[in-house]
Amino acid sequence: MIFSKLSRRFSVVATGLVSMLSMSVARAEYALNMTQGVTPISQELYSLHMLVFWICVGIGVVVFSAMAYSIFHHRKSRGAQAANFHESTTVEIVWTVVPLLILIGIAIPATGTLLDLEDAKTDADITVQVTGIQWKWKYTFVDEDVSFISSLAQSSRDVVKDPTGNENYLLEVDKPLVLPVGKKVRFLFHSDDVIHAWWVPELAVKQDSIPGFINDSWATIEKPGVYRGQCAELCGKDHGFMPIVVNAVSEAEYEQWLVGMKAEAAAAASAADQEWSMQDLLAKGETVYQANCAACHGPTGAGIPGAFPAMTGSPIVIDPDQAAHIDIVVNGKAGTAMSAFKGQLNDVDIAAVITYERNSLGNSVGDTVQPSAIKNAR
Amino acid sequence: MSTEITHGGHDAHADHDHHGPAKGLMRWVTTTNHKDIGTLYLWLSFIMLLYGGSMAMVIRLELFQPGLQWVEPHFFNQMTTMHGLVMVFGAIMPAFVGLANWLIPIMIGAPDMALPRMNNWSFWILPFAFTMLASTTFMEGGAPAFGWTFYAPLSTTFAPDTTDFFIFAVHLMGISSVMGAINVIATILNMRAPGMTLMKMPLFVWTWLITAYLLIAVMPVLAGAVTMMLTDRHFGTSFFDAAGGGDPVMFQHIFWFFGHPEVYIMILPAFGVISAIVPTFARKPLFGYSSMVYASASIAILSFMVWAHHMFTTGMPVAGELYFMYATILISVPTGVKVFNWVTTMWKGSMTFETPMLWALGFIVMFTIGGFSGLMLGVAPVDTQYHDTYFVVAHFHYVLVTGALYSIIAAFYYWVPKWTGHMYDERLGKIHFWWSTIAVNVLFFPQHFVGLAGMPRRIPDYSLQFAEFNMISSIGGFAFGLAQVFFLYIVIKTIKGGEKATDQVWEGATGLEFEHLPSPPPYHSFTEAPPVK
Repeated sequence: MIFSKLSRRFSVVATGLVSMLSMSVARAEYALNMTQGVTPISQELYSLHMLVFWICVGIGVVVFSAMAYSIFHHRKSRGAQAANFHESTTVEIVWTVVPLLILIGIAIPATGTLLDLEDAKTDADITVQVTGIQWKWKYTFVDEDVSFISSLAQSSRDVVKDPTGNENYLLEVDKPLVLPVGKKVRFLFHSDDVIHAWWVPELAVKQDSIPGFINDSWATIEKPGVYRGQCAELCGKDHGFMPIVVNAVSEAEYEQWLVGMKAEAAAAASAADQEWSMQDLLAKGETVYQANCAACHGPTGAGIPGAFPAMTGSPIVIDPDQAAHIDIVVNGKAGTAMSAFKGQLNDVDIAAVITYERNSLGNSVGDTVQPSAIKNAR
Repeated sequence: MSTEITHGGHDAHADHDHHGPAKGLMRWVTTTNHKDIGTLYLWLSFIMLLYGGSMAMVIRLELFQPGLQWVEPHFFNQMTTMHGLVMVFGAIMPAFVGLANWLIPIMIGAPDMALPRMNNWSFWILPFAFTMLASTTFMEGGAPAFGWTFYAPLSTTFAPDTTDFFIFAVHLMGISSVMGAINVIATILNMRAPGMTLMKMPLFVWTWLITAYLLIAVMPVLAGAVTMMLTDRHFGTSFFDAAGGGDPVMFQHIFWFFGHPEVYIMILPAFGVISAIVPTFARKPLFGYSSMVYASASIAILSFMVWAHHMFTTGMPVAGELYFMYATILISVPTGVKVFNWVTTMWKGSMTFETPMLWALGFIVMFTIGGFSGLMLGVAPVDTQYHDTYFVVAHFHYVLVTGALYSIIAAFYYWVPKWTGHMYDERLGKIHFWWSTIAVNVLFFPQHFVGLAGMPRRIPDYSLQFAEFNMISSIGGFAFGLAQVFFLYIVIKTIKGGEKATDQVWEGATGLEFEHLPSPPPYHSFTEAPPVK
């Protein structure tokens, strides 16, 4: 049994190896170096990176050549006689002062770049609040009344066992962040739970999102395109599964997108005023559960013993009185990993997922929770 | 005359000249002999190297190709965390303490460490600490999964109950390290043979003296950090909980105030080892002895003033970032001095390339590469792109594996003939070196590329663009792991037998341990102080 499992895995590895090697032949372009990116800052960073890199290469060539020369010529087997010098103040001063001068040569451009990088406040056209939440990102356009959550696309979740051929695997989201080109965008970073870091290499933005803090950074995207990134600070189990996708478009397209997002929010609000059937709630609830709850509580509700509680048979879930169940989903549980979903999901989503948890995952309480009940609980 | 009596006279009566070790297992449990305790430390660190290494194998296996094939993300995080903790606190640090125990007394002409019973205790705490830490793997909730840097609040509010075992294990390791450090300082300052002035001490003794002060300064800071975690978790405090008025960033400041000197705790003794080996095989005295001492001291002092370069993305004020950038890149000056001194020691020498020299040369080249990437990381604005990527992983593995670990292996080959009286098998030693060195570069060099191309660290799965280099890296990883199992065979073979080593062992070797002691040295050496030139 174990052996067959192992041999299956080895065959997966073997096929993987073969396909990788053939892929590397087929694909000429390797990503070896830092991206030049699409913002003024990213280009500055790239130049600075290359400057320091070539300085290191230069020093390396000098030091390693001296070493190699010595290893080749000053070896006993070639009859080399050992000299006996062991001090030279002049030489030692020289090789303290010269590196110091090189460092000053690095520090001057680095200081200029750093000051540019940190200048997020001046003349920002758009402000986007970015909130890290285990394991997704929430974007709020501060002046636009647009707010949404962006998480790993289902197309990536479906193929984690074998992602071969899945373009943008782990770098695709359900709802990308759309930004206009040519505008200075100021990002404000915050976290609802642990520390995350929002990183898009082509924008040269990497900033920690920290509970209790608001950090900022900025980008002026110069070229339309889709730019992908990932969370860069270990934030728990699914740290590797919270990508970022920025869709940079023309200003007109951006305005259009904003209108669409507002209409979507209005439709969701009116849906919350209706009475929902059990069937509709369960169908919606499953989607919401798999996207928001399954990471901790498990796709089948089993949880992870000792780390995350099970849904199946949970006293709060199977309690005929819905109040405690609604409360924990809406308000979270202080001092634990259970976050307050009132800021992340709308009334319909919360109602649906609670109904789903009560009537699926091995539970069968038999009642429904309506969006109106969530509205009252907020 | 009077010195000689105090050093030799009384002890010679009480201690019989041929007083050997006790028999059986109890010899190792009750021993207060620096050589026995040194051996115990070295074996513990080897076991931990293989244990931490096996977790690295799990990591490389999962990263062999994209997708989740072998382990779950939660378990993967446990592996990266435990790998880091075990390698730092279990493999590298105890190995250097083991070398200190074996070598400091015989290098300075002392009969033993100054505080032998405490020495026994500081070792025997460790097996319990690591058993406690490792046991969490089998508990509900699993082992620590928040990275070896255990940033709050992931390690406090969001961590499983097993974290408390981790906290107490760290406390025990800290107590052990502080006791070991006190012992090293007391030994070096009080037990040197007459004539062994501070500026005559071998550099290994110097670097360990400095390291010991670093340990005493920063291990209590680490203990403070984990204690605050403990009270946050159980006693209602909010040191690191923003909801209660605490500050998660303060955790990072406290951690790295420990963590950055810790880096030098793991590399300063390595500098000492290399400074012993290079002159021996170049048959030429170390170039710039005193500047080596001053450079080590400068590195140690600077190491207290650069901690926040690990935190350039936490939103520090610009002034703070500028200061920490300048201070950080400044460290490359004294570090460069060391490398230049080693190269100049080789210059116009009469070199031979026995196994210890190969490892030392490997150290100089690859540690320098790690130093270059360190300089790049120190440039604060560009760190925006490097931070928390595989570029960082490549950097610290170049300084810790091909740096610290290489120096430990070099030290083993250099001194094992003295310790056991047996030469190791030169052919196997060379195979071990070339095998390891090719493998380790296949393992870590491509990680620079994936890091620059945008692969974050500590992820169990990655997008397809990183596949080729990760596969290459994994192949190197498996080969490097296997090379260290081969090393185990070499170690056992050398202990069991081998060509008889001379007292001087190496043609160019100098120092009290090579000039005044037989190979192997008697169980109690230097009961009378040796003459120091």
